[in-house]
Amino acid sequence: MAGSGRRPEHRGPPELFYDVAEAWKYSQNSRMIEIQSQMSERAVELLGLPKDRPCFLLDVGCGSGLSGDYISEEGHHWVGMDISSAMLDVAVEREVEGDLILADMGQGIPFRPGMFDGCVSISAVQWLCNADKKTHSPPKRLYRFFSTLYSALARGSRAVLQLYPENSEQLELITAQAMKAGFTGGMVVDYPNSAKAKKFFLCLFVGMAGVLPKALGAECAHGEESQQAKFTSERTRFRNAKGKSVKKSRDWVLEKKERRRRQGKEVRADTRYTGRKRRPRF
Amino acid sequence: MKLLTHNMLTSHVRGVRPGGGFPLRIQATEVKVNNVDFNQEFVARMIPKVEWGALVEAAESLGHLSDLPHQLPPEYENNEDFLRKVHHVLLEVEVMEGILKCPDSGREFPITKGIPNMLLSEEET
Repeated sequence: MAGSGRRPEHRGPPELFYDVAEAWKYSQNSRMIEIQSQMSERAVELLGLPKDRPCFLLDVGCGSGLSGDYISEEGHHWVGMDISSAMLDVAVEREVEGDLILADMGQGIPFRPGMFDGCVSISAVQWLCNADKKTHSPPKRLYRFFSTLYSALARGSRAVLQLYPENSEQLELITAQAMKAGFTGGMVVDYPNSAKAKKFFLCLFVGMAGVLPKALGAECAHGEESQQAKFTSERTRFRNAKGKSVKKSRDWVLEKKERRRRQGKEVRADTRYTGRKRRPRF
Repeated sequence: MKLLTHNMLTSHVRGVRPGGGFPLRIQATEVKVNNVDFNQEFVARMIPKVEWGALVEAAESLGHLSDLPHQLPPEYENNEDFLRKVHHVLLEVEVMEGILKCPDSGREFPITKGIPNMLLSEEET
């Protein structure tokens, strides 16, 4: 297949990319499984479902049903659709609880209106941005997907779609088509300061003006204060003039920890012992 | 494919009349009955969304009607006996092999290993 190597979308259409070998990874590779389940956990959290009653959800691009497992654990029921029959075969082998359907989301969601209390999708929607056949038109397929999804969801429900956009134009294309189909809402970006942990969640609302949930690890990036320059009457000392603290000082340690915290990494809590020297005979 | 999913599926072939792609006719060659945990709240919540006539028709065609009435009885929310029957038909009866037929266009969607194939060809989208 032609195209640059690193993005799976460039290698070919999804029904061919997710073949038996690729599907096998999703049932065996513990790292892939962990990432998938973490993302589904966060997606279900963003859905904001009521705690006290079981809901009926749609999983678009359910694949081997890893996201569905988490939904079942939470006590909800789900139906999954995917374009790759090899992935669905893995899901059948794993005996997932939801019902499965082989369908192309770009051809529309084949369900009656108002059936679902929510929709999740993990790493699927960016596939719609590629034209794999001569007749494919990405904006049209995206619009068809979003408009049929909009009608399949009950009023007042949400759709949370995790995706890997290739660039900002793709992101714009996807959100523009979603808004055109009648959705409100927008993008939630978790850990915007980290290259690896950064995750895009498109949170869409049906028929209500909801408040967009807060992203993780983004306190600094979204706070109004940090966007603007601060003016103080305090005079800074020469060595701090560049805005960096002296290496190995307590301030430097605290700054470094804060930075790593923003990247979503595991960092010990700040205590009064932080940045202290060890005794010589430790 | 469970009958709950069947009750929600519509055909999305190009040129189908609005609302004409429902309900899909089932021609089953293999039907399985699984055990699924009974959740009274969920079943009671799903009943208003279900097209009752289509459910009874589908259950009848599979031979798993399980004494479901043709008319939805009033005040079913606390009628556990009735909800258990509905639970059985909605979630436990599963079509493993067969064909779904669009009532409007006549397009057939095959079901293999319990998974309906709803993929359309280029001309049909």
